[in-house]
Amino acid sequence: MSTDNVAHPHSAHVSHHFKDATQEYDSGKQGIWLFMVTEILMFGAILVGYGIFHVLYPAMFAEGARELDWRLGFVNTLVLIFSSFTMALSIQLIQRNKTKQAALALATTVLCGAIFMVIKYFEWTHKFHLGFYPGRFLDVAKTHAEHANLGMYFGFYYCMTGLHGLHVLIGMGLIVWLLIRTIRGDFHSQYWIPVEGVGIFWHIVDLIWIFLFPLLYLVG
Amino acid sequence: MGNHSSAAGENYLNHEKGLWSWLTTVDHKRIGLMYMITVMFFFLVGGIMALLLRLELFAPNTVQGVGQVLKNGDIYNQVLTYHGAIMVFMVIVPGIPAILGNFFLPIHLGAKDVAFPKINLLSWYCFMAGAALAIATFFTHKIDTGWTFYTPYSIRTGTSTVLMVLGAFIMGMSSVLTGLNFIVTVHKLRAPGMTMHRMPLFVWALYSTAILQMLATPVLAITLLLLAAEKIFGVGIFDPALGGDPVLFQHFFWFYSHPAVYIMILPAMGIVSELIATFSRKVIFGYTAIAYSSLGIAAVSFFVWGHHMFVSGQSATAGIIFSFITMLVGVPTAIKMFNWVATIYKGSVRFDSPMLFALGFLFLFAIGGVTGIMLAVLPIDVHFHDTYFVVAHFHYVMVGGTLMALMGGFYYWFPKMFGKMFNESLARLSFVFIFVGFNVTFFPQFVLGAMGMPRRYFDYIPAYETLNKISTVGSWLILTGFLFGLYTIVQGIRKGEKAPMNPWGAKTLEWQTSSPPPHFNFDVEPVVTAGPYEYR
Ligand code: HEM
Ligand SMILES: [Cu+2]
Repeated sequence: MSTDNVAHPHSAHVSHHFKDATQEYDSGKQGIWLFMVTEILMFGAILVGYGIFHVLYPAMFAEGARELDWRLGFVNTLVLIFSSFTMALSIQLIQRNKTKQAALALATTVLCGAIFMVIKYFEWTHKFHLGFYPGRFLDVAKTHAEHANLGMYFGFYYCMTGLHGLHVLIGMGLIVWLLIRTIRGDFHSQYWIPVEGVGIFWHIVDLIWIFLFPLLYLVG
Repeated sequence: MGNHSSAAGENYLNHEKGLWSWLTTVDHKRIGLMYMITVMFFFLVGGIMALLLRLELFAPNTVQGVGQVLKNGDIYNQVLTYHGAIMVFMVIVPGIPAILGNFFLPIHLGAKDVAFPKINLLSWYCFMAGAALAIATFFTHKIDTGWTFYTPYSIRTGTSTVLMVLGAFIMGMSSVLTGLNFIVTVHKLRAPGMTMHRMPLFVWALYSTAILQMLATPVLAITLLLLAAEKIFGVGIFDPALGGDPVLFQHFFWFYSHPAVYIMILPAMGIVSELIATFSRKVIFGYTAIAYSSLGIAAVSFFVWGHHMFVSGQSATAGIIFSFITMLVGVPTAIKMFNWVATIYKGSVRFDSPMLFALGFLFLFAIGGVTGIMLAVLPIDVHFHDTYFVVAHFHYVMVGGTLMALMGGFYYWFPKMFGKMFNESLARLSFVFIFVGFNVTFFPQFVLGAMGMPRRYFDYIPAYETLNKISTVGSWLILTGFLFGLYTIVQGIRKGEKAPMNPWGAKTLEWQTSSPPPHFNFDVEPVVTAGPYEYR
């Protein structure tokens, strides 16, 4: 195999096709940001759809929003904001080689994600219990819905929170993976690209929730 | 660049051995070849469907035998849907970027690989998984919606829309990942001296395509997810019965799918730029104009989706605006055309088979483009909407444009990819059959459309018979052409003479490494000191 193209000394972490750690770091960071652009566009499109129908059926959307418990949504917002903080903290700690504390911070982040999902679970099952199914499955008699098409509001609600929840689950999986690698000692002051990448993902997922919460729970 | 490793015969093909080494490879060149094999397979499947459709249309249904190849309209609709969906999502959209782009973009930049090799492999697996899901519908309930999945029909029909749409979603992810990889590679992995303005035009085209892939595909993704949710949970967004709006689906769908037609054609334009520069032996005329017009096309393409909906019930004002903006796309496109022609003019042109395909592209794409402008004229479109005129138009662009360029690029880079030469006479023969067959197939369809023959119908009145017969015979000529092409490739790989490093005397970087390239593309990292087309 050719070796004379390895003009630059490779540190242990730099993959074969990068010249140095800086190039690898910059590429990774740009890659994750571009990916986030696609995520934002995807959620953006469904928000546009939500916006359009909100304008078309303001009263119906108001009725839907009344059925949501803003307190639960608010608690979840706080939980996520806190988890963003612990996520950011973990990167700081790794950069200062404080592996143990970093692992703790990551574990807290996962825990927050879990709390978020548990609250979501109770919200959803409670809605089901009351008959607030999406779309044509909405139980109009049981829910005493004023607007026959209220199911559309809940269609949006389940799609948006469902898609977001799926992202939270994926994020939790990624953070668990980071946690294992942190404990194994893979990350340190010279190398933390994956932690930062997942961190950015997590922040964006939080950010999207911060848009969803007022739109679904408060507006109307 | 003489060096020990390629002298020892080491290259990306024999660097590692065995099927497993291919399935786990992170080498962009091998991934390009894997895409090549799979896309060619899907092209075969989609092609067989096309032949069936044309066979059915050979004669009116009243004629026993030939007129009834496909038993009824339902089956025709299914075959039509699979033909369209396979050709769009599995052949033309991934085609050039995933095969030739993957293979040559890093080499063009003097890089060892794309920025994220593992994600590159992942995107191939996404593609395969998505394709598998889509094909699976073939064995459950065949879908019959047409490749556009228009609501409300797609949510009412008892067929496997959900599975199909999830397949398309996953293939979309693959497309996003490829685009993302290319953008970062272009930004971060260029060799010393490779400024943006020294990049080959193929790279510029792929770069613009990648931006489109990243910006447009997520919207399609959510549209398809909502369609699936609509079908499973009856969400109501696109269903008029539940207060939703089916036209919104069309807006969302075309917001992706119009840019998608540029995802299909921009890479083709990139290849054509390479071919024309190389075979005219001249500095390409208007390098920057060609490069930036790609970006221009990409930008404008986001604002024209409404030209697919002139008769959908959108407002007249919207129609007029979309009509106007659509014509604007003609400007950057014309810039490219004129620059290509100006490059050929007074060049020392060589008519090798890749160049024949490039010229074929110019001719066919011109027809496709001009008829596109015709369709952008609102009153004309109202008349031609959903007639065979449209079918002819988009085949001229997609097949006459993209596929011609793909074939040309394929022959052009064949020696580099496989280290072998192909039989030039056979290649030219394949060109003649494809080019002639293509016109025989699709030109009559312009006339049929103008006469009023609607698309997506499996029968027609006797007045349309002659032209339909001609068209079907044309499809057999195309088939012959592609069979010759396949034979040329297989024969070249098996028995071809050893290819020199630079058989065409081209100037871009890939020709300065051995054929086939070594595992890391170059034995010594290239240092770039001049632009890509420095002929004198
Ligand atoms: C090469 C020979 C080909 C032949 C003979 C052929 C023939 C046909 C025919 C007869 C139809 C049905 C038209 C209608 O009733 O609306 C059709 C539709 C279509 N074809 Fe092709 N085709 C060919 C290649 C391709 C390729 C390479 C593409 C790739 C982009 C393609 C894309 C489409 C699409 C998107 C549709 C519309 C499907 C729909 O309406 O759902 N075709 N083709
Ligand atoms: Cu369009």
